[in-house]
Amino acid sequence: MTAMRALLVILLCSAFGAALVYAILQLPPQAVDLPQQVSANIDESGVAHPVTAVLLNFRGYDTMLEVAVLLLALLGVLAGTSVEKRRRAAGERPTLPLLRGFTRLIVPLMVLVAGYLLWAGSSMPGGAFQAGAVVAGAGVLLHLARLLPAWATPNLMQRWGLAIGFLVFLAFAALPALQDGSTMLQYPLAWAGALILLIEAGLTLSLGLLLAGLFLCLSDDGMEFEK
Amino acid sequence: MQTATLAFDLLLSAALIWSAIRAITVADLFRAVVMFIVFGLLVALVWARLDAPDIALAEAAIGAGLTGALLLDAVGHLRAIQLVREKKEGRR
Repeated sequence: MTAMRALLVILLCSAFGAALVYAILQLPPQAVDLPQQVSANIDESGVAHPVTAVLLNFRGYDTMLEVAVLLLALLGVLAGTSVEKRRRAAGERPTLPLLRGFTRLIVPLMVLVAGYLLWAGSSMPGGAFQAGAVVAGAGVLLHLARLLPAWATPNLMQRWGLAIGFLVFLAFAALPALQDGSTMLQYPLAWAGALILLIEAGLTLSLGLLLAGLFLCLSDDGMEFEK
Repeated sequence: MQTATLAFDLLLSAALIWSAIRAITVADLFRAVVMFIVFGLLVALVWARLDAPDIALAEAAIGAGLTGALLLDAVGHLRAIQLVREKKEGRR
């Protein structure tokens, strides 16, 4: 019976896989040459790196809404877990001295790397998401070394930090449109580079806090060390 | 040079598939999570080989790093719950 079921699952999965391969092979050739369009318009984007140009300028909507989704996810976590439990988890716990020393050593370097990634994003691989993830990694490491307590409830500063990336993005997306009736997310050409850097700086801070917050709010920590 | 890169790519592909299979077939959750992190790092390498350093960076930081940390936290959580349950049953 189990063998029959396993066989059926294998058959269905292979059929689905074959259908996927067939569908990919049947895809029509691209009607528009997007990479060519991006490189043709890169001078108008304000940055030199095509990926950043697409993420922050040509397809800015996607990025902005991604940040909004992450913000909503953290709000969901905050609403779904009890404050009482989070408060209990926020207490002091014993720690490993080596881990603590190593974390003290490496976290400033991680912040430096995040700053570099943010700055590098305009001309080479890098950008707000990568920088934010490194900041969040530093936060998680600090928490695991018991140098940073879990979040019971984010205070006012933390709340602003969580929201600032989205708010800055939204403000700079909407302001030019309100001023002279151009389309949303169309930066004035002379300012585009500076605006993108500013938006990315806000995004780095917010994404770092958001991603670390997912860990810091959910962490019911110290359990594996208590045994 | 060409054969060296080809050998590296083949090795990378094999390791990728192996770690993916291990991650979903290993019975111990902790090992599965470790294999998942290994898988994420290998995927980052694959992106780098495909000339997509942007995605490689994101995959290494978010896919392997943060997701791995969250999954490890969840495993610790599950173990703690199991420990408490075993203690209760032992007392009875």
